[in-house]
Amino acid sequence: MNWRRSMIGLAIALPVIALLAFGLTRDPAQIPSPLPGRAAPAFELAYMDSAADSVSLADLRGKVVVLNFWASWCLQCRVEHQDLSAAGTLYGPQGVRFFGVLFKDEPENGRRWIRMMGGQSYPSLTDYRLRTAIDYGVYGAPETFIIDQSGTVVHKEIGPITFAKLREVIDPLLEREATQ
Amino acid sequence: MIRITGITAVSIALLVAIWGVIAAVLAATRRMPRLAESARSAVFATFALMTIANLSMIYGLITHDFSIGYVAQVGSRSTPLLFTVISLWSALEGSILFWGWILSAYSAVAIWVHGRRLGSLGLYANAVLLGIGAFFYLLLIGPANPFGLVSPTPIDGPGPNPLLQNHYLMAVHPPLLYLGYVGMSVPFAFAMGALLSGRLDDTWLRVTRRWTMVSWVFLSMAIIAGMWWSYDVLGWGGYWAWDPVENASFMPWLTATAFLHSSMVQERRNMLRFWNQSLITATFLLTILGTFLTRSGVLSSVHAFTEGTIGLFFLGFIALVLVFSLVLLTGRSTDLRRAGSLDDPLSRETVFLGNNLLFTAFTFTVLLGTLFPLVAEALRGVKVSVGAPFFNRMTVPLCVSLLFLVGVGPALPWRGGHRDQLKRSIMPPLAALLLIVALCFVIRVPSGWAIAAFGFAGFATVTNLQEYSRGVLARRRAHGESLPQALYRLMMANNRRYGGYLAHLGAVMVAVGITASSTYRTERQVTLNQGQSVEVGGYRVRFDELTGVQESNRYVIGAHLTAFDGTRDLGQLDPRLNFYNGRSDPVTTPSVRSRPANDLYLNLLAYEQDGSSATVSVIVEPLVFWIWVGGLVVALGGVIAALPPRRRLAPRRSRQPAAVEA
Repeated sequence: MNWRRSMIGLAIALPVIALLAFGLTRDPAQIPSPLPGRAAPAFELAYMDSAADSVSLADLRGKVVVLNFWASWCLQCRVEHQDLSAAGTLYGPQGVRFFGVLFKDEPENGRRWIRMMGGQSYPSLTDYRLRTAIDYGVYGAPETFIIDQSGTVVHKEIGPITFAKLREVIDPLLEREATQ
Repeated sequence: MIRITGITAVSIALLVAIWGVIAAVLAATRRMPRLAESARSAVFATFALMTIANLSMIYGLITHDFSIGYVAQVGSRSTPLLFTVISLWSALEGSILFWGWILSAYSAVAIWVHGRRLGSLGLYANAVLLGIGAFFYLLLIGPANPFGLVSPTPIDGPGPNPLLQNHYLMAVHPPLLYLGYVGMSVPFAFAMGALLSGRLDDTWLRVTRRWTMVSWVFLSMAIIAGMWWSYDVLGWGGYWAWDPVENASFMPWLTATAFLHSSMVQERRNMLRFWNQSLITATFLLTILGTFLTRSGVLSSVHAFTEGTIGLFFLGFIALVLVFSLVLLTGRSTDLRRAGSLDDPLSRETVFLGNNLLFTAFTFTVLLGTLFPLVAEALRGVKVSVGAPFFNRMTVPLCVSLLFLVGVGPALPWRGGHRDQLKRSIMPPLAALLLIVALCFVIRVPSGWAIAAFGFAGFATVTNLQEYSRGVLARRRAHGESLPQALYRLMMANNRRYGGYLAHLGAVMVAVGITASSTYRTERQVTLNQGQSVEVGGYRVRFDELTGVQESNRYVIGAHLTAFDGTRDLGQLDPRLNFYNGRSDPVTTPSVRSRPANDLYLNLLAYEQDGSSATVSVIVEPLVFWIWVGGLVVALGGVIAALPPRRRLAPRRSRQPAAVEA
C-alpha cells in the first residue's frame, strides 16, 4: 500500500459523501405548496356519520378551521390521532372547528377505524370523488390544513401533525381574534 | 408468530455475518484454517436464515397477517394472489428483505464454488460479501424493518401501489433488476479481495468473469423489461424518460458493459489492470448509489412519508464503501501499473479503449444529469430539474459513436494486422453504410443523427455478421459440416467471442428501434362518438362502445375500438382505465398492436359517463418491436458468452484419434 497515493482516493470520496449528506437534509416530500397565504378552496362536504347533513367552508367564516385528510389504511394517521383528538378537545370550546376528511376510503372503514382507535373528538367528512382533496392538492395521507378566521390557509402540514405544532399555529390566531 | 420467526432469522443472520467477517479477516491475516472454515459456513448460514425470513414474509402476505407492518402497508384482501406474492418487492422494506435474500444466495454460490481455492483472496472476498450482507441485515432490523408489529391489527390494507399491480411484468422486472444489481457484489468482492491480499494478477478477473457476465445479462433484461413495462402501463407511448430511477439502473449497466470489454484487454494483453479494478468498483458503487438515491428520498420518491433514518444508514454505508475502495485502489495503483502497451493504433485494443472512454463519458453524463439538481441546490440554493432534452442532446452523439465502434471493433484484429486484410474486410460494411445513408437522403430522414445512427447500424450489422459467415465458411471447408451444424459448433467452440457478436447485433436492433420510433412518431388525441373513426399514420380507428366491469380489486372501464389498415379489419383493441379500490386516479392499460413494421398504440384518456364518446390518444410508432427483440438478443448473446467452456468435445475427440488423423 502506498498511503500517500491513497489520499487521492480520499480526496475523491469526501466531496461525493458531502454532496449526498447534503441531499439527505432535503425532503422532496416538502413540495412547496402555493396554498399558505391564499384563500382556502371552498368546499361543501357531507358528514361521515350522517350523509344527509353537510358543512361548507362559507358556514365556517370567522372561525379557525383545522382540516385533516386521513384514511383507515394510513399507518401514519395512527401516529397523529391522539394529538389531533386532544387538540380538538382543547380548542373545540374556544371556537376552533376540527374536521377529518376521509381520503380515498369508505365511510364504513372510517367509522370502524375511529371505534378501534377509541373515538375522535371531532366529526369527519366524506369527500365524494376526491373533489376537495384535489382542490387542496393533497398528495397523500395524512395532510393537515389550518385556515384562519378570514378563510386564508395559514399552514399546511405534510405527514403526521403534532400537538405542539397545532398549538404553535392556532394560539396566535386566537390571540389575534381576542385583540381585535 | 410468523412475524417473530422472520425478525429472529434476520437478527441471527446479522450476528452470523458479523462473525463471518471477523473470522475471515483473522483467518486471512493469521492463517487459521479453522476460522476460514467458520467464515465460509457463515455465508451458507446467512443464506438459510434469509430464506426463512423471506418465506415468513411471503406466508404473512398470503395469509393477510396485517399485524405485520409490511403486510399492513402493501397487502389487501382484494388483491389477486400473484400480486400479493410479488408485493414482497413493491415497497421499501420488502424490497430490502428480498435484496438481502438474493445477496445471501449469490454469496453462498460464489463461496461454494471459489471459496476454498483462492487462499487469502477468497477469504477477503468472503469478508467483503458478508460485510455487504451485514449492512442489509442491519437495515432490516433497524430503519427498514418489515416485521414491525401493528397493533391493533387493521381490518384490511391499502394494497400495493396500483401501478405495480397492473402488469405481469412487475413479477419479472424487479427480480431481474435485483439479480443484476446484487450480482455485481461478487466481482466487486473478489476485486477487493485481490487488492487486500495483494494477489494483483488477473486471478480475480478470471474467477468472476462469468459472474459479471450473468449479472450483466440480468441487468440488461431488467432494463428492457422496465422499458417494456413503462411502455405497456404508463400510457404515454414512450419507454424511457431519464427518470432518476431509470438512470440508477442504467449507470451500473454502462460501467459493467465497459468492464466486460476492458477485462478482455487485461486477459489478452495484461493492460488496464488499474482501470478494470476501478470499473468494477464504480459498478458496485453505482448500484448502491442508485439504491440510496431512490430509496432514501434524496431525489424523488413515491413513498414520501417514510421516516428519514434509512437514508442515514445508506449514507454511512456508501461513505464506508467509497473511502474503503478508493483508498485501497489508489493506494495499490503503483503496484497495478506495469505490463503491455499499444502496438498499433488500428487494433482491437484501441477500439476497446475508445469504447471505454465513451462508456465512461456516458456514465458521467447520466450521473451529472441525475445529481445536478442536488449540486445546484447545494451550491446555489435553487431548485432545478434536469429533463430529457439535456440527456438526449448529450447522449445521442455518444450512442452514435458507440454504434460506430460496434462496427469497427470486430473488423480489427488484436495487436493490429495487415492493412490489406483490413481493407478487404472493411469493404462490405462500408458499402452497406453508404447505401443506407444514400437511402436516408432519398426518403428524407429529417435528422442528421438519425441518418448517422441508421448508417452505422448497417455498418455494424455487416461487420458482425461477416465474422459469423467467415467462421462458418471456414468450418464448412475444414470439416464439411452443414450450415446449422457449423454455426452451432462455431458458437460453442468460441462462445465468448460469438456470444459477444450476437449481443452486438441485439444492441444494433435496439438502437435502430429507438432511433426510428423517436424520429417517426405520430400522435393524435381525439374525442370520438360511437361509430366515429379517426385516421392516424395510415391506420383508421373506430370507436364502438364503452363497457364497465367490477373486478375484486378494481373497476375497469374499457373502450372497444376497431382498427383498420385501409379497408382491412385488424381486429379489436380495447384500452382500459382501472380504478383501484381506495385509489382515486385511474391506472391506464393501453392497448398495443405490435408488429415488426410499427406499433399502433391506443390509450383511453377520458370518457362520457353514458358511454356515448371516448377520448383516446392514438400513437403510431415504427420499429418499437425491435427494441424488445433486440433486448432478448442481447441477453441471449450474454448467456452464450457466459456458458462454461465446452470440455466434452475434447475427450470425445481423443477417443477417436484415428478419425482425426485421417
